[in-house]
Amino acid sequence: MSDKPKVAFYWCASCGGCEETVVDLEEKILDVVKAIDIVFWPCAMDPKYSDLEAMDDGEIAISFINGAIRTSEQEHISKLLRKKSGVVIAFGSCAVMGGIPALANLKNKKDIFKRSYRDSPTNVNPEGVLPQTETDLDGCRLSLPEFYDTVYKLDDVIEVDYYMPGCPPTPANLETAVQAALKGELPEKGAVLLPDKSLCVSCDRNETKPDDITISRIRRLTEVQADPEECFLAQGIICMGPATRDGCEYPCVKGNMPCTGCFGPVSDADQGARMIASIGGIIDADDEGEVRDAVSAMPDPAGTFYRYSLSSSLLGKKREER
Amino acid sequence: MSNFEPNIIAFVCNWCSYAGADQAGEQKLDYPANVKLIRVMCTGRVDPQFVMNAFRGGADGVMVLGCHPGDCHYRNGNIKALRRFEIFKNMLGQFGINRERFLLDWVAAGEGQKFQKVTTEMTEKIKGLGPLVIRGYVESEVV
Ligand code: SF4
Ligand code: SF4
Ligand code: SF4
Repeated sequence: MSDKPKVAFYWCASCGGCEETVVDLEEKILDVVKAIDIVFWPCAMDPKYSDLEAMDDGEIAISFINGAIRTSEQEHISKLLRKKSGVVIAFGSCAVMGGIPALANLKNKKDIFKRSYRDSPTNVNPEGVLPQTETDLDGCRLSLPEFYDTVYKLDDVIEVDYYMPGCPPTPANLETAVQAALKGELPEKGAVLLPDKSLCVSCDRNETKPDDITISRIRRLTEVQADPEECFLAQGIICMGPATRDGCEYPCVKGNMPCTGCFGPVSDADQGARMIASIGGIIDADDEGEVRDAVSAMPDPAGTFYRYSLSSSLLGKKREER
Repeated sequence: MSNFEPNIIAFVCNWCSYAGADQAGEQKLDYPANVKLIRVMCTGRVDPQFVMNAFRGGADGVMVLGCHPGDCHYRNGNIKALRRFEIFKNMLGQFGINRERFLLDWVAAGEGQKFQKVTTEMTEKIKGLGPLVIRGYVESEVV
């Protein structure tokens, strides 16, 4: 038995991109595996849930859990990992605030099942069968996890020690976290392991942002040829920089694409509210009609402002109201 | 729903609408006790997050009342509020929250009667809409 700290990686409702970050450590991963023992990583190894159940409580030093909580299985394994781990890190925006899967919170389970299993043109399902948690087939009872009506963030179902947003977090973010953990230099519990300032503070286009920007219309990326140096907002293009946490080194902006907000908001901010406050401050329109025209190129504010953070919106998920 | 008493939060600006509410008081004009006032210096200071927090914290309706356009003590704070809350209302709808649960309106210092009117109408409207329960809380759905 090695006495290296044991580490687990697990994915819930995830695209696999967060696991890719681990792989993207490239040769640095050799240093990492020299220092730690990866005991559970379903994406890359073949562990069984029973192996995890057999471990002692707290035996795993750190669990990195990525993905949102959409099903009962994800909730169950997260709870199990919580029990078996000293430290749990919510890894990636899906785990931290719902991420892309949480856009489904603007729909409900019924609509999603209908679209996915009945209406979608690639389906052949004449009987309109929908996923069941229990099905009897040829004398066997088959079971599937339950699909919840809501996509939750990880800390809705278990206590989380540290947060590392990003879709996905960068290899540098991961390395910093692992190093801090190995050296026992993790900050106070509950912290986000990234700077608490907005992306605009670091962005090198910030200097081109006029002190008093005003824009007459929101422009879609497809309508304009974006200037590669000027602040996107000053060009009338929605850039989530003001409402997004720094820490990614703004690869999107460097590639002449506006930030879509994947690192989530800074502490205590609601990303959507922060973005509405920013855009509302710069639109040059004085009555309701003009404001409506100015923002007409933004038909989906919730999907735009909470692209990665809907599970953490103060407004919750869609409710049915008259 | 007949005996539902809604919780309504009204952010009122110090210079016009709070003074308007005060005038309603001086003139002994009744307004519904459902409306709880929060005095702010300017509607331009009302971050959309305050409104969301109010809804999340149990408000069934939220009002933001400020000076008429052109009369803002800080020149254009109320216009900034107008811009913000137009976008905000679009977003409320996406969460399935009836846009009527939010109202931005202008009440001048001398408009005690208007204050009475908007607060009474809002209260009636919210009574009709019923209680707001923000969904997506884990307590209610995951055991
Ligand atoms: S945070 Fe992004 S990269 Fe990670 S699982 Fe979610 S969608 Fe994929
Ligand atoms: S809005 Fe976007 S482009 Fe402008 S400074 Fe902020 S991050 Fe940079
Ligand atoms: S620039 Fe924005 S969208 Fe791009 S990686 Fe950074 S936070 Fe994410």
